[in-house]
Order: sequence, then C-alpha cells, then structure tokens
Amino acid sequence: MKKANGTVFKYGDNVDTDVIIPARYLNSSDPAELAEHCMEDIDKDFIKKVKKGDIIVADKNFGCGSSREHAPIAIKAAGVSCVIAETFARIFYRNAINIGLPIIECADAAKGIEAGDEVEVDFDSGIITNVTKGTTFKGQAFPEFMQKIIAAEGLVNYINNK
Amino acid sequence: MGMTMTQKILAAHAGLDKVEAGQLIEADLDLVLGNDITSPVAIKEMDKMKVNGVFDKDKIALVPDHFVPNKDIKSAEHCKCVREFAIKNEITNYFEVGEMGIEHALLPEKGLTVAGDVIIGADSHTCTYGALGAFSTGVGSTDMAAGMATGKAWFKVPGAIKFNLVGKPKEWVSGKDVILHIIGMIGVDGALYKSMEFTGEGIQNLSMDDRFTIANMAIEAGGKNGIFPVDDLAKAYMKEHSTRNYTVYEADEDAVYDEEYTIDLSALESTVAFPHLPENTKTLSEIKQDITIDQVVIGSCTNGRLDDLRIAAKVLKGRHVAKGMRCIIIPATQAVYLSAMEEGLLKTFIEAGAIVSTPTCGPCLGGYMGILAEGERCVSTTNRNFVGRMGHVDSEIYLASPAVAAASAVTGKISGPEQL
Repeated sequence: MKKANGTVFKYGDNVDTDVIIPARYLNSSDPAELAEHCMEDIDKDFIKKVKKGDIIVADKNFGCGSSREHAPIAIKAAGVSCVIAETFARIFYRNAINIGLPIIECADAAKGIEAGDEVEVDFDSGIITNVTKGTTFKGQAFPEFMQKIIAAEGLVNYINNK
Repeated sequence: MGMTMTQKILAAHAGLDKVEAGQLIEADLDLVLGNDITSPVAIKEMDKMKVNGVFDKDKIALVPDHFVPNKDIKSAEHCKCVREFAIKNEITNYFEVGEMGIEHALLPEKGLTVAGDVIIGADSHTCTYGALGAFSTGVGSTDMAAGMATGKAWFKVPGAIKFNLVGKPKEWVSGKDVILHIIGMIGVDGALYKSMEFTGEGIQNLSMDDRFTIANMAIEAGGKNGIFPVDDLAKAYMKEHSTRNYTVYEADEDAVYDEEYTIDLSALESTVAFPHLPENTKTLSEIKQDITIDQVVIGSCTNGRLDDLRIAAKVLKGRHVAKGMRCIIIPATQAVYLSAMEEGLLKTFIEAGAIVSTPTCGPCLGGYMGILAEGERCVSTTNRNFVGRMGHVDSEIYLASPAVAAASAVTGKISGPEQL
C-alpha cells in the first residue's frame, strides 16, 4: 500500500466536525467547494497553507460531533494524505475508512509530532516517521476487514468488488 | 460470560448465538435513515454501486429536516435530489414538508422504530431510539448508501458502560439534566466506541420524552449507542404509536461492563453545559456570576417534544421574555405542534413574547432561524455548544433543559424556574 509524506498541521483534543466543516457550508456536497472551507472555524489559515500530501495530527477524539461525511471529504479534497490522532470519534473513523481517507491512531505520535514537522507514514507497517526530529512511532494496525476497504479506496469499491 | 442488551441485539441480527466486545460482525438492518444534508451524498455514492435500487423500500426513512423549509437555493436542490430519489425508489417513509418533523422525534412517533431493532442513520443523533430498547447508531453517508443498497452494515461489537439510575428527580429536573450530568462526569469521549446501558429502578421515574433526550445525547459522550430496558411505559408507547412487532432483549446477569456508575436522580440539580463542550457542566447553584444572554432556543431532536414544550409553557405562563430577548420555540413534529396548539401552549408562548416555528433543525447547527452574531450568547435546549455551532465563531451556547431555557428567557440571564 502507499505511503504518505507531508508537513504537519497540529491540533488538540476534541476537534469536532462543526469546525472541520461548518454547517453553513453544508448546503453543498461538492468536495472542492467543501475543501475551500476546511478547518475554517479552528484555523482560518489552514486552507491557504495546506499543500497536497500534508498531514493532520491531533490529540484525543478527533472528528467528534456531527456524522457529516462532508468532514473527511473536505479534508481529503483539501489534499491531506493522512490524519493521525490519539483517538478518533467513532463515526468519523468509519467515514474516513469508507471514503478512503487514511487515518491512524497513535498516542505516541500525537505527542511526539509538532506543527511544521515533516512526517512520513507507511500504511503497510503502520510506521510513522518524524523526519524532522528523527523519531519513529508504531501506529495501531487496522483489522484485516478494514484493510480490505482501505485497499479498495473505500466502501463503494469494496462492495462493487465483492 | 454473558452479553449486554446491545450485544444480544447485534448477535441476533448477525445470526450468531454469541458476540463479544471487539468482534467485527455484519448485521441485518431494520431501518436506514437519512436527512436532507446526508442523503444527497449517500445517493451519489449509491449511484456508483452496482446495485438495482434499494434493498427494501419500507425499511428506509428519508426526512428532510435540517434546512427545510428550504433556506436557500442550494438547500432546495438537495431536497429536490432526496425527493426525486424517494419517488423513483418508491420509498414508503419519505416525509415532505407538512408531514415531516425532526427525524429523531418523528420516527418513534410514526412507529418506525421499536424495541429489538438494529437501525443506522446518517445523523449522529440516531442513537435516540435506544430509549425504546433498539440498537441505533449514527453513521456517515457512505454507510447509509451501503445500508440502503444491501440492508446490512458492519459493526465492531461495543463494550459497555452501565449507568444504574436510582431515585426520583426533583421538580424541574429532567432527562436533559441527567444526561448533561453524565457527560460532565465522564467527558465527551468518556464512552468512546462503547454502548451506554441505562438500568435501575430510577428509570420508572423518567418519562419516555426524558429517555429520548438521554439516549439522544449518548453521542455527546462519544457513545456508539445509548439503550434503555423495555418496561411497561416503553411498551405502552410502542402500542400507541406502532403496529410493528417488537422484541425485548435483556442483558445477561453476568454481562461484562467496562465501568459501572450509580446515579441518584434525586440528588441531581438543573445543569448547564458551558461553551464550548457539552462536558463543561455546572449546576445552577455553582454559577456564581450573572451570565446575560441574547437568545433562547427551545426545540431540536433533543428537547422539542411535547413534555419539553409543556415544561417551557409552565414556566412562561403569565410571564414575558426579557426586553431584547429573542425566544425561539420549535415543536419537533407536526403532531407535537398540533398538540401544543390544542393544549394552549402556543398561546402561552406568543403571549410571553416568544416565536413558534415550523419543525426544523435550523438553529441547532447554525443553519438558519436564529443565527448568532459575534459575541452573542444563547441558552439552548439543543445538544452541542461547539465553537461556531450556532453562528459566529465568537458566539457562545449554553446547553440546558427546557425549564432553565424558559426561565432564562424571562430573566435575560441564566436562571432556573425557582429564581422567578
């Protein structure tokens, strides 16, 4: 499976889906339009700075609140290649896997990575490397069933391939 | 090792004698739900699937409720997409404006959710139906699409936290105070990935509307679902509202719980969640300074049911909202609206200087019908007080019960009915 490599945007606990994509933009379901407002209520500069391949790292309960799939869709469409967090809220976790946005739970990485660090993620091994600081972390591996959905790049392809 | 109530329902729907926490299963679905925000994304995903239509036109509910009556052209397009899908697929339970209500108040009222069901909904507050002894949980649009196409969903069987409720709540203390107290105690991720299993003799002192409110906010503690035992009150509710057969599941004596709490309902006080997380709770008596407010919202899938409006009317009767206060009351369904009219509650609200809206989620998620400006404060009976949730990023939401919201509308600051 592929690798991710990019610069880190770092956030704290309980980043909710309302700040990831505020409801005032939910009258659209177009990924590109949603991406323009990604993280707007927590980090106004995010969308100006984010480059293709960049990585979001956060602490506990990332993606809590509303079930809006628009949240992982906006993050993916903004170019983010992976989200690493100490824990994810469960609906966000499902949604990310279902749309093929790679996510990894790793408490040590969440603590050991700072904003602006360059980070590399190997999805096969779950190894997260902080290139800037020269440290490595082991993320939690996905159960085989979820790996198949991720490998198919989402639930729709997984069902179609079945 | 026994199973919890949730685990038993999931096992039965997966065709298994036994499941345990952490196990991945595929379960048959009794109902798949979507609204005007999540369904268009699901419909687009379903179009990509190689399937012919939906698995069962009677087991899908489509409820446009978030931005309806259409708040702008884009919302109108979303609703049109849902409407056309419903017509094309002959969806039995599509609810147009005039029939619709806020989904999680509407579906139990229409008898579509009963004990023993497995229900997924592309809305996080789908956990509400646990009040009737169903397993119900929020998912995203792609899960909804797969559910509509196949009638199945994958789940990781959750571990559980047991909440043993004892005693009887004091006057003005309601289901909202119970669940805010619990979220304050365990935190917004205190039940992450887990089921919240409510039990104990105190449940008999909670109305069905109280139980819907409690189950509704399980997600605000990170829970996968919240679930209540099926007692005579729940059975009477289902008999009144539904023609469907239901199945009562009970937890095994030796079911395993990760944590257990006992909560004395008689010791609870009116509770308010301060910005910007539902876990930032204080009881009214712990609030020492005056917190002036600009707006009150009474409604939503959490607190827009008849009991809630009755409590608000009891507080507002013969009183008037404070000068400069906007008090917005939103009956959750047409049936609630009609009952409120027949009982004279609407007259009480209007005479008190409040407004009454057609059913909509509207202001709860900052959609419309009560958006906050910079620096404004709102006491709301809704479920989330995140940054920017109801409008400007520098506005503030205080979550409370209908009693506290109504009293606060009268005084213009956070207050309880006892303080009037």
